[in-house]
Amino acid sequence: MSVLLSARDLRLAFGGLKAADGIDLDVEGGEFLAIIGPNGAGKTTFINMTTGYLKPQGGSIRFDGQPILGLSPRRIVALGIARSFQLPQLFTEHTVLQNVALAVAAREGRLSLMAPLLRRAFRDEAAELIGRFGLSGVAEARADALNEGTRKLVDIAMAVALRPRLIMMDEPTSGVAASEKMAIVETLVRVLRGAGVTAVFVEHDMDVVGRFADRVAVWGQGRIAALGPPREILNDPEVQRTVIGIVPAGGVHAPA
Amino acid sequence: MSRRAETLLALAGAALVVGLAYAVPWLRFVLTIALAKGLAVLGILLLLRAGQVSFGHALYLALAAYAVAFGTAVVPEALLLVPAAGLLAGLVGLVIGLFVVRYREIFFGMLNLALSMVFYSVLEKFYAITHGADGIRLGPVTFLGLPLAGETAEWTVLGLALVLVLGFGALVRVALASPWGEALAGIKTRETRLDFMGVSPRRVLLIAYVASAVMAGCGGALIALTTRHVTPALAYWTTSGELVFIAILGGAGSVLGPFLGAAAYELTRVYAAALVANAWQAVLGIVLLCVIVFAPGGLWGLIARRRRAA
Ligand SMILES: Nc1ncnc2c1ncn2[C@@H]1O[C@H](COP(=O)(O)OP(=O)(O)OP(=O)(O)O)[C@@H](O)[C@H]1O
Ligand SMILES: [Mg+2]
Repeated sequence: MSVLLSARDLRLAFGGLKAADGIDLDVEGGEFLAIIGPNGAGKTTFINMTTGYLKPQGGSIRFDGQPILGLSPRRIVALGIARSFQLPQLFTEHTVLQNVALAVAAREGRLSLMAPLLRRAFRDEAAELIGRFGLSGVAEARADALNEGTRKLVDIAMAVALRPRLIMMDEPTSGVAASEKMAIVETLVRVLRGAGVTAVFVEHDMDVVGRFADRVAVWGQGRIAALGPPREILNDPEVQRTVIGIVPAGGVHAPA
Repeated sequence: MSRRAETLLALAGAALVVGLAYAVPWLRFVLTIALAKGLAVLGILLLLRAGQVSFGHALYLALAAYAVAFGTAVVPEALLLVPAAGLLAGLVGLVIGLFVVRYREIFFGMLNLALSMVFYSVLEKFYAITHGADGIRLGPVTFLGLPLAGETAEWTVLGLALVLVLGFGALVRVALASPWGEALAGIKTRETRLDFMGVSPRRVLLIAYVASAVMAGCGGALIALTTRHVTPALAYWTTSGELVFIAILGGAGSVLGPFLGAAAYELTRVYAAALVANAWQAVLGIVLLCVIVFAPGGLWGLIARRRRAA
């Protein structure tokens, strides 16, 4: 399997705060990579840098071999990286269907055209995608009338509608009711695997990580503290102490 | 409201305008001006969809009106003058638009205002060319080669205005329902998301801006043909403010709003001026206050609400 996204020595400081302090990471094509870590570790910052929202002060990012550092979000989307947001970014006065249909239309690049007939095709595709996310019931609801979890899903559906090769999801399940979480992630993974999409996702729920991630990267203070298969990472006492917040049986592990 | 219902209402409105113009001859002038301003306000409505308010669109109105006034000396044909003036307004709108679509809200509004005031000063100061505050008279105008004068002229310009209004209205109606129109509305609520969908919000807004300049230009050309005399007052900020006023009065919910607003505005102005002489601005002010407080959807909103209730 080949490397799809490759970050080297990414650096970005806000004043004295190092949100990225030499990040090296390769994401393999087809894998699901989970990012975990405490609040303020720089997880969102990493997504912001790879999607063109923030420009790193040093380092390089390649997507499919091509340097993308310094490109605008629009150019990066065109290359095949889509994202969802920690705080859902929806068109609040539009319905769910309109939100997703707009993403479909945007992908088709026909946005500049007055395409009322094509729009039916956009909307049909959007409705189908909304159905796959189990959201058909709220398709006609305005985006600002939804609960947090549903907004999250619509936000992700909009990213999926762009048919990216790589999707970066910032806490896809936060705000989703605990009882529905697993079913939703199950669906999401099926949709993404079915489309052959590579995924990087920030996640705080270790059950979700354990079940769906191929690899886990642990973020700490702008650095990658550990990287490996979930079984290994989630059972690492140091990770358990710093990220997951549980004290392993047998007392506090001495810091390495 | 369905497209069918809106189309029927628009056609009924057009028939009403013709009927009124026939029954009350002096209303011909008032209604033509109302349609011309409504056309400019239709452009303001496009920008309002994106959450942007321009306090300077009188620039395009006046630019096109002066273009027509100067143009009559060269080509007197109305069917060439109006499109040429609209095109000129669109070209200037493109140049200015490339600059102003980088800004939002108060900055967008004020930049437009500033540029329109620069144009106003130019019209005022270059007396040798523009005759300053006196303005200039239009030369003789023809329509399909026939001289336009008297009652025929009034009917012809009114007809031209109706054709332009119905044409642009239909176009804007279709455009607003297209993905472009929805992206335009998206600028108001979540502009950055557009970037992350690969869409340039600035380009989306630029198209709306140029279209608004063209419509303001066509409105200005119609005003010039109606009044036959253009003055710098057309470019003054109060004219721009009037357009925004009408947009709010009529309501931004439908392409019919601007024309409803413009008709109400012009008629109120005429009747209030006759009834209470020097206080018509106060009457308009109170009307606007009532609209904002009691009918934020404008006159159109009132009608749409009544239809839903029925
Ligand atoms: N645009 C910015 N300007 C200034 N500081 C920022 C900016 N973005 C992030 N930071 C700071 O950088 C640090 C890392 O932020 P980031 O959002 O990447 O953390 P995170 O790992 O996503 O945390 P969380 O789990 O809370 O979402 C934080 O201290 C944050 O306050
Ligand atoms: Mg975050």
